Amino acid sequence: MDNFTVGVVVFPGSNCDRDVSWALEGCLDIRTKYLWHESSDLSDVDAIVLPGGFSYGDYLRCGAIARFSPLINALDEFVKSGKRVLGICNGFQILTESGFLPGALVANKNLNFICDDVELDIVSSKGGWFNNGDEKQTIKLPIAHGEGRYHCDSDTLKKLVDNELISLRYKNNPNGSSFDIAGITNEKGNVLGLMPHPERACDETIGGTDGLFTLKSLILK
Amino acid sequence: MDQFAVKVFVRLRPSVLDPAGEATKSASIKLGAEGIKSLRIGKMIEVKIEGNSENEVREKIDLLCDRLFANTVIEDYEYSLEKL
Repeated sequence: MDNFTVGVVVFPGSNCDRDVSWALEGCLDIRTKYLWHESSDLSDVDAIVLPGGFSYGDYLRCGAIARFSPLINALDEFVKSGKRVLGICNGFQILTESGFLPGALVANKNLNFICDDVELDIVSSKGGWFNNGDEKQTIKLPIAHGEGRYHCDSDTLKKLVDNELISLRYKNNPNGSSFDIAGITNEKGNVLGLMPHPERACDETIGGTDGLFTLKSLILK
Repeated sequence: MDQFAVKVFVRLRPSVLDPAGEATKSASIKLGAEGIKSLRIGKMIEVKIEGNSENEVREKIDLLCDRLFANTVIEDYEYSLEKL
């Protein structure tokens, strides 16, 4: 797919980096490059994925330490330039901790680490991250998190709703998230954070293909 | 330079549900403790820090609390400071 390259960020404790790379390269023929968190040179990647895992052992708060890595510092300019950034699970937590997305992710309401497939409603077309054409308004993706309860104050929630920044909502809220929120974008739409794992749903033999669209949309300009 | 001992308390904001606190409250009641109206779990961070003045140290601790120790979307913080 031309020379389009997706940077997959690797923090100490990331554990979905290879899954993301496999899904992009093996299922979608999109070139990837691992980016060590201490690198701040993003010049040869066209989009970035912050993968799931437990960056810095989730010390202090999930994503709190990762926020101070050189790579996240460099991300500001990358996002401002309009390039696309996808934060999955721990990546979503890092995006909220670093202020690229509003709100925060806290411990699941029932304290369980939930590993399951969930049904999700696609509620916004902002950024073109999901196929919300006529046929596909609901998708099924795996989740695997202990701290995925999205929380924000009522003013932020109103802003999210009014500006159509909520991309995905759980059909049966598994973790107590405010307003059933599973994924949100920034106002420009080029940054998406979501708790479900699209990279784990890219092949029929391992649980469906509903994640393909989102990964493929990384190459949108 | 003086040395200061700082104790930072980070607490979930009252509006944020604390499931770990709820679970601990439930266990406390099972232990036989009566009268518990509320139980919430926070963090305490101890810092020893050098500085020329208390004000200078407070500025540093304010920054640390606001940017790192607490996520002010979900948490409040306060601290006590003692010159050693």
